[in-house]
Amino acid sequence: MNKIKEAFAKGKAFIPFIAAGDPDEETTVRLVVEMAKNGADLIELGIPFSDPTAEGVVIQEANIRALKGGITVKKVFGIVEEIRKETQVPLVFLTYLNPVLSYGKDAFFARCQALGIDGLIVPDLPFEEKGELLEESKKYDVSIISMIAPTSDDRIQMIAKEAEGFIYVVSSMGVTGVRSEITTDVGAMVDAIRAVTDVPTAVGFGINTPQQAQKMAALSDGAIVGSAIVKIVGAEGKDSVAAVGNYVKEMKEAVLQA
Amino acid sequence: MAEGRFGIFGGQYIPETLMNEIHRLNKAYDFYKNDPQFQAELAELNKNYTGRPSLLYYAEKMTKDLGGAKIYLKREDLNHTGSHKINNVLGQALLAKKMGKTRLIAETGAGQHGVATATAAALFGMECEIFMGKEDTERQALNVYRMELLGAKVHAVESGTQTLKDAVNETFREWSRRVDDTHYVLGTVMGPHPFPTMVRDFQSIISREARAQILEAEGKLPAAVFACVGGGSNAMGMFYHFIPDEGVRLIGCEAGGKGVDTDLHAATLTKGTVGVFHGMKSIFCQNEEGQIAPVYSISAGLDYPGIGPEHAYLHSTGRAEYVPITDEEAVAAFEYLARTEGIICAIESAHAVAQVRKMAGSFSKDQSIIVCISGRGDKDVAAIARYRGVQLYE
Repeated sequence: MNKIKEAFAKGKAFIPFIAAGDPDEETTVRLVVEMAKNGADLIELGIPFSDPTAEGVVIQEANIRALKGGITVKKVFGIVEEIRKETQVPLVFLTYLNPVLSYGKDAFFARCQALGIDGLIVPDLPFEEKGELLEESKKYDVSIISMIAPTSDDRIQMIAKEAEGFIYVVSSMGVTGVRSEITTDVGAMVDAIRAVTDVPTAVGFGINTPQQAQKMAALSDGAIVGSAIVKIVGAEGKDSVAAVGNYVKEMKEAVLQA
Repeated sequence: MAEGRFGIFGGQYIPETLMNEIHRLNKAYDFYKNDPQFQAELAELNKNYTGRPSLLYYAEKMTKDLGGAKIYLKREDLNHTGSHKINNVLGQALLAKKMGKTRLIAETGAGQHGVATATAAALFGMECEIFMGKEDTERQALNVYRMELLGAKVHAVESGTQTLKDAVNETFREWSRRVDDTHYVLGTVMGPHPFPTMVRDFQSIISREARAQILEAEGKLPAAVFACVGGGSNAMGMFYHFIPDEGVRLIGCEAGGKGVDTDLHAATLTKGTVGVFHGMKSIFCQNEEGQIAPVYSISAGLDYPGIGPEHAYLHSTGRAEYVPITDEEAVAAFEYLARTEGIICAIESAHAVAQVRKMAGSFSKDQSIIVCISGRGDKDVAAIARYRGVQLYE
């Protein structure tokens, strides 16, 4: 049973991201458990890739740290196994297509299903290429999460109509990273999506403060935060768990007020 | 499935933020490639700015020395800016202008493509920013200054391995920040559709000319054509109009670095596997985890872990052959061409010359072969001197 729906059932959702294996496998497990405990509704776990072209510097560096520490796809599945001993929080992976292809599509999706990974976000897999993973996604009931960007315009309907799980609304041009201001008309994007589907929407890219999260969640069904959390992990390493937990708690409270 | 496939290779694997822009580009290119006005403007630039057609030079001394096929050099090194890169850049800059763009961005490895893009930007009165791996800005310092002289801003890319692949990453990131007024002048036959097709079309002028020139000189087609391959743009240009001529062997020469049995090479087709990266499905140097491998070559222009999808296809069907050439063989060929024919070619092109040295003798004297001299070697002189232990700095 795909649990993504659950994540959006308790009001506006807060969705944090961390890179698996940054700073190490054990800390990743503790971070996920702590975030779940502090109100994270759905957690994005990044499978590191050497060349993450959609990421800003903060997440690029997290990927490099994790890869230097020897993280592999197999080890990420090991991390999820450990996580599942402690929490059933809905989880999705964020990764690039190449590591999935290298692991083997069928084996990858089979492992996802077995461990309760309910979705996959693949920034370099646009609508036109999603056939690449469609068969396995259906076979193992792991949703491919669609992304909609400020430049999507006339593509919004086409993408939203076939969307599953939730829709990742990209709030800003460019790559991931903290921004002081989000200038895109996110409300208009979400309205265009809602005209064709009731799949929930969550807004990401650039969100940092509780005020921004509240504002974005008010316009949609949830807020996604990556770089701001990864920054804490980058600065404090193994000792970041409590700080990340506090941050998630504060952000969850903010989105609930949206 | 998206457009732009060569067998299983190609496609459009890029973030959603760029999809509408890439469709706009595709549509514009589809229109202008058939527009007589556009083609006339490009032909005018090729003739009066670049200095085309480039010569097909009969290398008589080299032919005599190697004792086999008659060797012809396709002299792309004589183009304005010193390499084949200008063929593609003028086409894309003209297209960008027609699309209403005012700013050009590009990646560069050796700096040849960056120089060509900065040149076109100066000519067309456009803004220009070039992304270059930090390591490459150091080994090609002269080209950095050259780009700045032409009015471009050069960004030293410090992420990843600080070479060509990271420069490509950073240029894609910059494009996704700012698409409205900006065109990404991709420098080779890679990336998402339509780049591999479009760049190949602009570079195919090399084989269009060479085919006519060799028929005029020899009265028959060559036995083989040779070109160096990094991303593969001069090679696609050199191969393209010979692809239907089944008797003509197409031979691409990859960067073998310190040897393909070491970790220090960029021999994608010799050692790589199928993957998806930089917007395309193709062959890449990668580890078993699908992480893109650091690659190495003495030549910054061939120091790339992938190859254009049409090459991957020509390789898979066997229509083209690809061989690795080591640093040592390339440097020896660089020196050989200088002493034998008085031509200092780019270290990239020297990889193709090296293969000709190996194979020329295996053809008969009534056959001919063509090697693409994709660029001139002024930029490499200091690096070759250092390779030979002469402490010469630019």
